Amino acid sequence: MEINELKRKALQIREMTIREIGHFGSGHIGGSMSIVEMLTYLYYQEMRIDPKDPKKEGRDRFVCSKGHAGPAVYATLASKGYFPVEWLKTLNAGGTNLPSHCDMTKTPGVDFTGGSLGQGFSAAIGIALGQKVKKEDSRTFVVIGDGESQEGQIWEGAETAAQWKLGNLIAFTDLNKLQLDGPTADIVSMENIDTRWLGFGWHVQRINGHDLAAIARAVEAAKEVTDRPSMIIMDTQKAHGFIPGENTTKNHSMAFDETVAEEAIKELLEREGE
Amino acid sequence: MKDTTKLANMRDAVMLAINELGDQDERVVMLDADLASCLGSTSFQEKHPDRFFNCGIAEANMIGVAAGLSSMGLKPFTHTFGIFASRRVFDQLFLSVGYAHQVVHMIGTDPGVTAQYNGGTHMPFEDIALLRQVPGVTIIEPSDAQSMYELVKQAYALDKSSYTRAPRKGIAHRYPAGTKIELGKGIELATGSDVAIIATGSVMVGEGEKAVEILKEKGINATLVDLHTIRPLDTELLEKVAKRCGSVLVCENGRYAGGVGEMIATHLIQTVPVKMDFLNVGERFGEVGNLAYLQKAFGFTAENIVAKAEKLAK
Ligand SMILES: Cc1ncc(C[n+]2csc(CCOP(=O)(O)OP(=O)(O)O)c2C)c(N)n1
Ligand SMILES: [Mg+2]
Repeated sequence: MEINELKRKALQIREMTIREIGHFGSGHIGGSMSIVEMLTYLYYQEMRIDPKDPKKEGRDRFVCSKGHAGPAVYATLASKGYFPVEWLKTLNAGGTNLPSHCDMTKTPGVDFTGGSLGQGFSAAIGIALGQKVKKEDSRTFVVIGDGESQEGQIWEGAETAAQWKLGNLIAFTDLNKLQLDGPTADIVSMENIDTRWLGFGWHVQRINGHDLAAIARAVEAAKEVTDRPSMIIMDTQKAHGFIPGENTTKNHSMAFDETVAEEAIKELLEREGE
Repeated sequence: MKDTTKLANMRDAVMLAINELGDQDERVVMLDADLASCLGSTSFQEKHPDRFFNCGIAEANMIGVAAGLSSMGLKPFTHTFGIFASRRVFDQLFLSVGYAHQVVHMIGTDPGVTAQYNGGTHMPFEDIALLRQVPGVTIIEPSDAQSMYELVKQAYALDKSSYTRAPRKGIAHRYPAGTKIELGKGIELATGSDVAIIATGSVMVGEGEKAVEILKEKGINATLVDLHTIRPLDTELLEKVAKRCGSVLVCENGRYAGGVGEMIATHLIQTVPVKMDFLNVGERFGEVGNLAYLQKAFGFTAENIVAKAEKLAK
C-alpha cells in the first residue's frame, strides 16, 4: 500500500475508534489514539495474516500488552474484516465480544489477552519463542505503554528475550509521556528509555510514532536484525486525533457522547484536509 | 463522629478516614500505583506531599516499599485496584508484609463485579481468599459510607495489617452517624428466625435488604447480617443466628473457594451445623458490563437470594 493510502486508512480507524467510544459513552481514548498509525501499518502492510482465518497456523502475531487500547485494536480488526463493523457498537455491553481490554477468548483476531499491564509482553515473548521452537518464519509484534514500562515484568521479559536472541520479536513502546495519573515524568520517569533497552541487549530505534513512513523504515530495519529482539520507541501524542483530548493530561479515559464524537471527527477531518 | 451522608462516592469515605488519620499522625504515609485519581488519594498528596508516593505501575514493588516503610516505624496505606492489590502482589504481600510482621493498610478498590467496564481482567473475586492465607491480616468490606469511614479507622487503630475491599463509585447511606459500628461485630439488619442471610459488601447487603422485604411478603422472616468484617470472623453472632434460624445463606461478591461462605461453613460445621447455601461466582471468570447486567449474569439479585432463602427456610 502507498503511504498516502495507509494514511487514509489510519484516519478511518481514528474515526471508527472515536465513534466506537462515543457510542458507548466513555473509554480509553488516549492510549487508543496514540497507536493508530502503528496498528494501521502492521495490519495493512506488514503482518502475514488472513482475516478469514484468524487462527491460521504460521501467521504473524500481534499482542496489545497495553490491553486498554482495545477500542483501537477492534476498529482495526473490524476494518480488516475480522468481524462486522457493527460490532463496534457493542463495546463493553453485557455479553459483548469487545470488552474494554483485549481478550483472546472473545475477539476474532486478538492473539493474546491484555489488561493487567506487563503480562502481554511476557506472553509475546513466549509466542515469539514458540515460533522459533516450531521453526516458523513468522514474527511477533507487541506494543507496551510508557507507564506500563514501570512494571518489573517488562524488564524480566527484556532480559529473557535478549538471552534467547529473539530476532523475530519486534516490540513498540508507545512513548506518549502520559499515564493514568498524569505525566510519566512526574510519577516514575521513563527518561533514557532508549539506553535502557540498549543496555538490556535490544536493537533500538526511536521514531515519530505518527509518521507512517518512519514506521515503515523502522520495521524494515528491525526485520534485518536477526540476532536480537527489536524495540521501536515511538514518540507519540496521547489521544492524537481526538482533538478535545489532545491538549490535556487528563485524557487517559474520557467520557463523551456521540454528538461530541461526530464533532470531533469533523474537526479532525478538517485538520487533515479531508 | 463524622457525618458521611453528604459524600457522593464510597471512595470519598475511604479517603475521609485516611486523610483524618494522616492529619492526626505524622507517621501515616500513603502509596498509590498510578490510580491516585481513581481513589482520590490525590487529596492526601495535596495535604501531605512529603508523605505521599506515587509508585507508578509497579504494584509488587509498592507493597515491598510499604513493608520497608513499616519497618521504619511509619504507617503506610497502599492503594491499587483489588485485583492488583491481591493477586498481582501476592508473594510480596505474603512475605514482606505478613511473614516479616510488618503493618501495611491495603486498600483494594472495585471488588468483584463492581469493576464493571474494566471487565474480566479487572474483577477481583479471589482477594478475600488470598488475604485469608496471610496470617493476621484484618479483612473488611463495609457496605456503606459511614461503616467504611469508621472501619478504615478502626482497622488502623488495631496496628495490624489490613485489607479493605472498597467500591470506588456509587454509595449507600445505611448507617447514620452515631450508629455503633464495631470492627469484628456484624450488624443484624433484620432479625427473623426462618433463615439467616449473611451478606458482605455493598452489592450483597443491598440486595439482601430487598430480599428480606420480598420474603416478608411471602411470610418468611429472615435474619440479615451485614458482615462488614471478614477477619476476625464474628463467630458469636454467626452461631447465634444459625441457632435461631436453623439455616444460613452466605452471599458474597466473590469466589466460593476460600471465600466468606467457605470460612463460615468451616466454623459452623464444628459448632452449629445447619443447612447452608451460598451465593457467589462459583467457578466462573469475570466479564465486562454494567453493574445491573453483571448482577443479573451472576445471579447477584434479590430474586435469587429469595429463591435460595425460600428453599432453606422450608
Ligand atoms: C498491572 C496493572 N496496574 C494498573 C492498571 C490500571 N491502568 C490501566 S491503564 C493505566 C495507565 C497506563 O499508562 P501507559 O502504559 O502509559 O498507557 P497509555 O498512556 O498508552 O494509555 C493503568 C494504571 C492495569 N491495567 N494493570
Ligand atoms: Mg503512556
